[in-house]
Amino acid sequence: MIKKRYVLNFPPESGDKPLSYHLVRDYDIRINILKAEVYPGKRGSLLLELQGKKENIEKGVQYLTDHQVICEPLDKRLHFQEEKCIDCGNCTAVCFAGALTMNRDSWKLQFDKNKCVVCELCIPACPLHLFEIDFR
Amino acid sequence: MPKIKTYAEINQKLKQGKAVVLTAEEVTKMAQHASPAEIAEKVDVVTTATFGAMCSSGAIINFGHASPPIRMEKIRLNGVPCYEGLAAVDSYIGATACDPENPSYGGAHVIQDLLEGKDVILEAWGKGTDCYPRKYIKTKININTINEFTLFNPRNAYQNYNVAVNTTKKMIHTYMGTLLPNMRNATYSTSGELSPLLNDPDLRTIGIGTRIFLGGAQGFVVWNGTQFHTTKPKNEYGVPITNAATISVIGNLKEMSPEYLQAVYYEKYGTSMFIGIGIPIPILDEEMARRVSIANSQIQTSVLDYGTEGTPKLGQVTYEELQSGSVKVKGQKVRTAPVSSLSKARKIAAELKEWLQNGRFEISQPVQLFPKNTSLNSLKETEAEND
Repeated sequence: MIKKRYVLNFPPESGDKPLSYHLVRDYDIRINILKAEVYPGKRGSLLLELQGKKENIEKGVQYLTDHQVICEPLDKRLHFQEEKCIDCGNCTAVCFAGALTMNRDSWKLQFDKNKCVVCELCIPACPLHLFEIDFR
Repeated sequence: MPKIKTYAEINQKLKQGKAVVLTAEEVTKMAQHASPAEIAEKVDVVTTATFGAMCSSGAIINFGHASPPIRMEKIRLNGVPCYEGLAAVDSYIGATACDPENPSYGGAHVIQDLLEGKDVILEAWGKGTDCYPRKYIKTKININTINEFTLFNPRNAYQNYNVAVNTTKKMIHTYMGTLLPNMRNATYSTSGELSPLLNDPDLRTIGIGTRIFLGGAQGFVVWNGTQFHTTKPKNEYGVPITNAATISVIGNLKEMSPEYLQAVYYEKYGTSMFIGIGIPIPILDEEMARRVSIANSQIQTSVLDYGTEGTPKLGQVTYEELQSGSVKVKGQKVRTAPVSSLSKARKIAAELKEWLQNGRFEISQPVQLFPKNTSLNSLKETEAEND
């Protein structure tokens, strides 16, 4: 069993299909919706945590892709210019999901991308503007 | 009779490479087993450091004279306003200055761009005089074309600082970072037991003329900082439990490094600059050894509600608690986050230690100590007369 987060971008024409139902029934994937933005007739974006057998998740992602859903691992959508980070800690103040934390020994920033819930609070909170999130 | 070391003796040992130099964190660890007398015997200098946003910072710039010359009476660097009331081509650019149309790029960013060797657009206007006939100039400058480029910061390195929380139902944006509603986070700013002015709380060795690490180069303490307050309440270890003393510092920006100066922009607040400061503290006697041995568990600070007018105090916590990841405020467990960089402060303390050990850096006795028993005036609003 593995657990992985994906960002799904739905084209307007895919809005009427029960895609997540098929993920659960046909591929035995446990899904957890962490964030959703749906604008009927325009677009939809979803942050989904998929838990299941690795091969089933791969098949499920393929199923979504076959239905014109852009499906990418969350970490590919989170951009952080780590080399410019000064480890001030401002982003950790707002990261209630616990993805951004300070290492208590080195006091360097640690970013566990798989804990991110795309609340996007770190984007304005970083005084150097080192975060970019590609959700929509 | 307790042993007393002089500045000259310590400098002699530094020159010979025989001095024992520790960082403030190292000496605090040593103090778990060693008495102040033993520490005073063994240790010569302790390095302290901080790397945090210090809004009261800026740079003096002399642009050089153009031909024909201009008396610059309005000046913009990359669109950021600079002070125009200093002769013809002298200016001062403050870290928080900005064009309101472009609030995320401020004086701090101009200083950083110059420091990194980038070209910056200078635009200046004058009325035109007999000796300065020109009325307008627009040109590119960089760190090599300007004459003096001096970092001169009126208020840096606060001795202790408050913890910020927000008890309201709305998120607020402050210089202490983004404060979540309902006290869901608490932010704190100093490097605790590594912080310069907390290791010499009575300012016995830090005064006018003290040589320091500033932005990666040697700099100096030139005066007490603004808002210099020495009569704030102190705890049993003699350390103020809220923001108290400050220093004003100066140094040559042309020798500094972007590694230790960083322009920042706080959402819905404005620009500021992270300044890297390291101060060596000579262990002259047992008393100084006791001072530098202070631990995070012995330094308290006040928790203030930044969401409520008058920032009421909600409690008091130690740096040990703050660095543990959460504190208790009014019975509620609150997640903590630093807003100044301890890892960078450690790097500065280590670098200054190396400079001292290699004989590259001499300690200096203050030419004059700071005033005592100071407090602050607030700004009273009286009706201005219309004559």
